[in-house]
Order: sequence, then C-alpha cells, then structure tokens
Amino acid sequence: MSLLGLHKAIENNTGLLIFGILVVASIGGLVQVLPTTLDDSLHAPAPNVVPYPPLELIGRDIYIREGCSTCHSQQVRPLLAEVKRYGPYARSGEFAYDRPFLWGSKRTGPDLLREGGKYSDVWHRVHMTNPRAVVAASIMPAYPWLAQRAANIDGDIEARLRTLRRLGHPYTDEVVQSAAKSLEGKTELDAVIAYLQWLGRHAADAPEEHAGH
Amino acid sequence: MSARAVTHYEDRIVTAFTACAIVWSVLGMIAGAYAAAELVWPELNFGIPWLSFGRLRTGHTNIVVFGFGASALIGTSFYSVQRTSHVRLFAPWLAWFVFYAWQLTIVLGGWSLLAGWNTSKEYAELEWPFDIAIAVAWIAYGVVFFGTIARRKVGPIYISNWFYGSLIIVIAMLHVVNNLELPATMSKSYSLFAGAQDAIVEWWYGHNAVGFLLTGGFIGMLYYFLPKQAEQPIWSYRLSIVAFWAFVYSYIWAGPHHLHYNAIPEWVQSLGVVMSLVLLAPSWATMINGIMTVANAWRKLKTDPALKFIVLALAFYGLATFEGPMLAIRSVNVMSHFTEWTIGHVHSGALGWNALITFGTFYYLVPKLAGKPLHSVAMANLHFWLALAGIMLYIISMWGAGLSQSLLWLSLDDLGEVRYSFVDVVRAMAPYYTLRLVGGLLFLSGTLLMAENMRRTFAGTRTVTVEPPILVPAHRVAMSPVSEP
Repeated sequence: MSLLGLHKAIENNTGLLIFGILVVASIGGLVQVLPTTLDDSLHAPAPNVVPYPPLELIGRDIYIREGCSTCHSQQVRPLLAEVKRYGPYARSGEFAYDRPFLWGSKRTGPDLLREGGKYSDVWHRVHMTNPRAVVAASIMPAYPWLAQRAANIDGDIEARLRTLRRLGHPYTDEVVQSAAKSLEGKTELDAVIAYLQWLGRHAADAPEEHAGH
Repeated sequence: MSARAVTHYEDRIVTAFTACAIVWSVLGMIAGAYAAAELVWPELNFGIPWLSFGRLRTGHTNIVVFGFGASALIGTSFYSVQRTSHVRLFAPWLAWFVFYAWQLTIVLGGWSLLAGWNTSKEYAELEWPFDIAIAVAWIAYGVVFFGTIARRKVGPIYISNWFYGSLIIVIAMLHVVNNLELPATMSKSYSLFAGAQDAIVEWWYGHNAVGFLLTGGFIGMLYYFLPKQAEQPIWSYRLSIVAFWAFVYSYIWAGPHHLHYNAIPEWVQSLGVVMSLVLLAPSWATMINGIMTVANAWRKLKTDPALKFIVLALAFYGLATFEGPMLAIRSVNVMSHFTEWTIGHVHSGALGWNALITFGTFYYLVPKLAGKPLHSVAMANLHFWLALAGIMLYIISMWGAGLSQSLLWLSLDDLGEVRYSFVDVVRAMAPYYTLRLVGGLLFLSGTLLMAENMRRTFAGTRTVTVEPPILVPAHRVAMSPVSEP
C-alpha cells in the first residue's frame, strides 16, 4: 500500500487513527525512556548511601508536602561556579532512595543538595520559624506551624516504611517496629532539620574537586 | 434508535465546560498573582500553611492547567467534534459524567494541594486518589470523543479531531506511567521509580503534558475555530497533516532538555537537544499555516476581537516554540536552567498562546451558544490590550530576572571564587518580581473583564439548540488532503 493510500485509510478510520497516534507517540519513549528505567547502573546506590532513617524520612515527606522543591533544587551541576558555591556535583547513585526525586527546576532559593552541616540546628530552627531573623533579605515564607506539630502526628510512619520496603528499600524489621517510638517527642521541625542536615553527607565517594564549605 | 430520538447537538455541556473554564481561569490567575506578590512581600502568607508559596504555587499551576486549560479543551472539543462529524455527541450521559468527575477532581484536588497532599512531581502533584479519578474521567472522555467520530456522517476525520485525539491518547499514556506509585496512606504515596529514573520519567511526562495538553490540544482548537472565525479554509490542509505526524513523533523525545547537566546519561540529554531542535519545524509549520489562513481576512481584525486574540496567540505560539528549542541547547540552558527565564518562557506559552487562543475562541463561542451577539465589543478590545500589556511586562521582566540570576550566580572573581552570595542575587530580583506582579495583575484584570462580558452575554438565555445539517457536506472533497489525480 502506498504511503498516501495508507494515509487515506487512517484518516477515514477511527481505530486506525488511534492506533497510529499510539504507535508514533510511543517510539520516543521506547527508545529513550524505557532503556533508562531498566538500566540498573542508574539506580544502584553509591557506597555509603543508605535509606533515610524514620525521622529524616518524615522530614523529607514534610519538605515535599510544603512544596519546598518549588523553590529549592537538589542538583549541583558540574560547573565550576556551582561546585564552588554548593559542593560536589550530583551523581545518579546518590538518589537511589529518593522517591520521588527532588531535583527541582527552579532556584528561587539556593540549591540544598549539600546543605547538611553548613548551618547549625539552631540556625535552622530560627530560620524556619522566621527566615528574616537570620537573613534580612530572604523572601522565604515562615513555617511556624512545623514546631507545633508532632513528627508522627498521623501515626503512619510504619506504613510509610513498609511501603518503601516493598519498593526495595532495605529497612529491617527492627527499624520499622521501633520507628514510632524513635519519633516520640520530636516535632515536624525537628524532622525537617534532621533531613536538611542529612542532605549530601552520605556520598562518601564525593569527587575530588570538592571545594569545601 | 426510535424515529423521535434526540438528534440536536449536545451543546449544554459545552456551555457548562466553558463557564467552568472561565471560573477556573479567574481563580487560577488570582492564585498566581497572589503567589507573585508573596515573592515581593514574603509576609503575605500570614503564617497560614495553605497560603504559603510552596502550596499556593502548586495550586496555581494545577488550577490553570487542569481547571482552565483542560476544561476549555474538553468543552471546545465536544463542540467541534459534533460539527465536524455531523452527529450528536456519543453517549451524552457519559459526557456529563466526564464533566462532573472532572470538575469535582479539580475542586477536591485543588483543596488537597493546598492541604499539603503533594507528590512534588511537576504538573503531576495530585496524590494517588486523584490520579485514579483523572484516569477514569479521561478514559470516559476518550470514549465519548472517539465514539462521536466513529459515528460521523462526514468522510475523512477533520484535522482538529486528530489533534484533540492525540491529546486524549498521549496524555492517558503519560499520566498512567508517570503516576505509577505505591500508596502508603490516603494522602501519601511513593513513586515506583527512584532518583535519576524518576526524573527521566517525570520529564517525559512533564514536557509532553505541555506538548499534548497545552500544545496539541490547543492546535486542535486552532484548526476548528480559526477557519470558522476567519471564514477561510485552512491555507494548506496537507501541511497541517504533515505537521501533525511530525509533532506527535518528535515532541515525545524532548523531555530530557529539562535535565541538562543533571545526573542522567549524556546520550539521553543529547537526544533531547536534537529532537527539541527538530520540533521547531512542525511548530512553525502550524504557526505559518495559521497565519496564512488569516492572510485573506486581515480586514476582519479591525472589527473582530475574537480573531484578534487568535492571531496574537499564533504570534506568541511562534515565539514560545522558537524560544523552547533555543533553551534546549545545552550552552543556552546553562544560563536559563533554574532561573526565572523558565518561568517567563512558560508564561509566554501559557498566557500568550493558551489563554489568548482560548479567550478568542470563547469570544466566538459564547455568543453562538447564547444565540445573541457579544455583550460588549469595547470591553473585549480593552481586554485584548490589557492582556498584551500584561504578557509583555511579564515576559520582559522574567527575561531580565533570569539573565541576571545566571550571570550573577556563575560569576567568579579573580581568585576563582564565587563573586556574589546567593542572597545578593535574591536582592537583585526585587524590581523584576514587582514588574512581574504588575504584568500579572494587568492580565488578570483583562480576564475579569472577559468573565463579566461573558456573564452579561449569557444572562437571561439558555444554550441554543442546533440540529446537524442533513445534506452531505459540500466541502467533503475539499477537506480531503489526498485528492485523486
């Protein structure tokens, strides 16, 4: 059948048109996306990269809830100025336990991939409660409600850990069962700070060109 | 089917979708303007969680894209598919199910985003219960749409239906794959993909949600309503079809240009660049086809506000689809990525193309549905200039902001250290953020004017009943791109 003949058939047949669109639109995904989702090297954890402990996991989930990734990226590009400003550039093995990824697409605030250890817990506590108390020109919203809510307020930490374990995160029974207890007395603010301090501190094979901060 | 079966077009559902689209456009733009104001006055959230920028901005994008954009697309596709098929909508009850399911999803989904149910995957932030609701409503939409085409009394399937059809099929595919997730609680799920792989899947979705919802769907709108409004046939039907297949094929590949210099394989990024550049061809083919279609009707621009909106939308479509491939080039992307330039680019597409073509279509459609002329042409003309001024201010301020950000961020001093602290750069953004807010408010005021104009146009009437034509359409041959020698 000639190309024009085929086309005449497609434009006169609803089923063929649907099928044609589906086939043509799938090629890109099959060649480009499918192989990367099957590429083990892209989700193998780098040495020292371990699943988030319960408190840090809750902190990360709060970070997601509040839409922090709207303004903060977690992706240092291999550019001199970025490595100087933020620390070692990002490598895929660091994100093996990131569901979902939080690379972001916008830096209204600074990148946070290497945030861990740059500021003290006390600084973060003040900053999250009133950013302009420590950075006068900051335009970040204040998050006063985090300090008033218990970290495990919905009592669902075990469900979260079990779900992640089903997705392949190696949490032991002991971690899962003691998680609720380990969160007792902690607030959401404690959890977010624990998460921020965790960021970027567990990539042991960080590239040499780390400028230090 | 009994002899007395209802045969007239199901247009009340078009009115319903149009009304909701207008309401969502106003609410979505108010949320956007408020979020823009928070970047100027960060205290504006008053310590209220749902009003804080991270949540409000997510609400803004979702209400605008899925409330305003998708409602406008579903409504106009129901209008045009009946008229290009010469039959009443297939399964009207199912179409009404789509309407209620969709609007309920936007209302509850919008609330859930402000309440903090958020997957954080861009344009797919709604949590798993809503993902399922969207999938069900979307498949029902497909059944109604393709069911109508299957029962058509016209020969070849008209081109606008191809584009609307690609919207339905490809969005269904992207939505299902990107939202594969395991629920932990009612409001929290974890993605089936992790890290770099999650990023690649997300931008395959994210870029093509823009591609097929905000581009493909609206080209469908263009190909029905532009020829109607200009009272001219499409300049080149053949070009529209060649561009269609090129568009459907090449858009899908371009996603990784959102991940330049990120931790994904370089070949994926490079393929993303190449296909983004290729994409310029079908995009401009459509733009040129649209402009040439109006070429014999320029005089109408003086008197017809609807056509004016559509032509300006085409200009912005051309601009945004030129800027897009340029931003996909890695050496340009180094400067634009993570900056306000991206935000400006999105808005030249979303305001300049999507909103303007929708407004133009509504200025044509609502008087047709109401069966009487537009309440005020003067108000529509004022809306046109407010919208244009608003967009220009918005894009120009974001160009300035984005370029300043990257130049300041990447600047090194003589010792090779970064020259400016991050907060220096935040400080430099203040005038741009203020200008952007003014631009957004101008655009919003135009939208409010339109909403009032539409309300008055429709006040006191009901949707007009229209019967399909009985004759075999005379333009049957002209519509076919493949004429026999």
